[in-house]
Amino acid sequence: MRPSAPTPGTQPWFPLDERPACCVPKPFIDVEQLSLHYGQKPAFHNVTLSINQGCITALAGPSGCGKTSFLTSLNRLTDLIPGCRLSGRIHLDGLNVLDSHTDVIHLRRRVGMIFQKPNPFPLSIRKNLEFPLREHGLRDREQIAITIETGLRDVGLWDEVKDRLNSPALALSGGQQQRLCMARALMLSPEVLLMDEPCSALDPLSSGVVEDLIVGLRGRYTVLIVTHNLAQARRIADYAALFWIQNGAGQLIEAGTAKQIFEAPREPLTTAYVSGMRG
Amino acid sequence: MVKTMARNLDGRELLALALVWSAATLVTATFCWLFGDILWHGLSHISWTFLTAPPRNAGREGGIGPILVSTALILGVCLSVSVPIGVGTAILLAEFTTDASLFGRLTRRSLDVLSGVPSIVFGLFGNAFFCKTLGLGFSILSGGLTLACMVLPILIRSTEEGFRAVPTGYRLSAAALGLSRTTTLVHLLFPAAVPGLLVGLVLGVGRAIAETAALIFTSGYVDRMPESLLDSGRALSIHIFDLSMNVPGGDPNAYASTLVLVVLLLAINGTASWLAERWLHQRIVTV
Repeated sequence: MRPSAPTPGTQPWFPLDERPACCVPKPFIDVEQLSLHYGQKPAFHNVTLSINQGCITALAGPSGCGKTSFLTSLNRLTDLIPGCRLSGRIHLDGLNVLDSHTDVIHLRRRVGMIFQKPNPFPLSIRKNLEFPLREHGLRDREQIAITIETGLRDVGLWDEVKDRLNSPALALSGGQQQRLCMARALMLSPEVLLMDEPCSALDPLSSGVVEDLIVGLRGRYTVLIVTHNLAQARRIADYAALFWIQNGAGQLIEAGTAKQIFEAPREPLTTAYVSGMRG
Repeated sequence: MVKTMARNLDGRELLALALVWSAATLVTATFCWLFGDILWHGLSHISWTFLTAPPRNAGREGGIGPILVSTALILGVCLSVSVPIGVGTAILLAEFTTDASLFGRLTRRSLDVLSGVPSIVFGLFGNAFFCKTLGLGFSILSGGLTLACMVLPILIRSTEEGFRAVPTGYRLSAAALGLSRTTTLVHLLFPAAVPGLLVGLVLGVGRAIAETAALIFTSGYVDRMPESLLDSGRALSIHIFDLSMNVPGGDPNAYASTLVLVVLLLAINGTASWLAERWLHQRIVTV
């Protein structure tokens, strides 16, 4: 585990100026010639991409070009989909992700995920956070309470819910639910956070709050975010990658620093996409 | 209200309305007539003595004490066998097989066929297999096991539906949090699937407690107080059948026994839905 990863509940956010230098181009996840098929149907084909440690990498592109599938192959959530076949290589900090001997439970603890639609469990707010902590071996009641409070403070939810921790999580607003899901994922102190359009189901105000939280993750977590919102990608991403459907399957068109992709794209498709002419 | 509505309706809508209403009235009236008749003839015979005393004079006199005990025992055997097998199979079908897999398809098809098999066939099967082949004879055990075979299809299918009704999002988010499949199953999916299980249970118990044909050949006719599960025991529905068909002058007690059976059924239905409401409420909101 990275030395800079905070243990759950013991460390507050890093103040801005103490943040570890991010975007030192040090690959943390290496994807080589990765392809994914659902049955006979290809989702994406031959993707080779390096994700740098501590940076925010945005994956952009039209619907159905395999961005979400790409994301879910990184934590092997694709295992849950019947008929789903992955080929190629993924290395995460030296770990061979696609090896059948890889402990997926451990992998998913290192690689957290936030979904497009906020998906708290149909339990109370407290139980939503406590249940995964307990499952990952935290038993001490007091420690759990501290971790929950810190986790909720980290996502700015503590003051909003501290008096109703026992009420159902599903009664929260969409934005609050999404922040609760972020707290739930971050409390397990993952090294990588996969985010599948985390703001698209939210109103503009909640979306802004969540976006600020994502920016705050820079330097501490390696973040991959799928987004349709180019303006958002431009605001928050250090690196960007464009996916597009070609020959019936998703392809990686171009990847690079956000600055390069948005200001000096090499591929004509990227130029058309970032200028708003396509997609 | 009805008048103002009626003024705005044309002839065809009126006709449709009349048809819908008369169908609803017919159904309700049938139930009221049936239940009223049973109440009318049966209520005066119900007493504590009737519920506890053994039957005398082939059931014309006395009560239904041993019969209630036999019924409870048969039901107990049936449930303690069918619930674990049923829930296990439902979990296997819903969580570990896909719709397309051969195993899943075969199991589902078999269950659908089984749930359509007439109860007399189950009775004959139970008689051949449990009573003769396994040598359990006419006994409460044979009856309970036969009933278990009979209610399993209903129990499995409705529990499976319960599991399938749980949104996939829960499974994905639980997996993404690194929760094991077992944990997800026990803590998330199972509580969410409880209503399905209870619906299946109520349907199953309803079918089991009212069953006559399957029990005549398996648990038998004996109306003495059973001393063990290997004794023959007469179920309530068989008692009713016997009193009304074979015993001249048995009608009053048949009515009273029927009343007991109907009230039991209503009570079981009510309790199950109350439990479902309450349990879910607790699990989800206050825990």
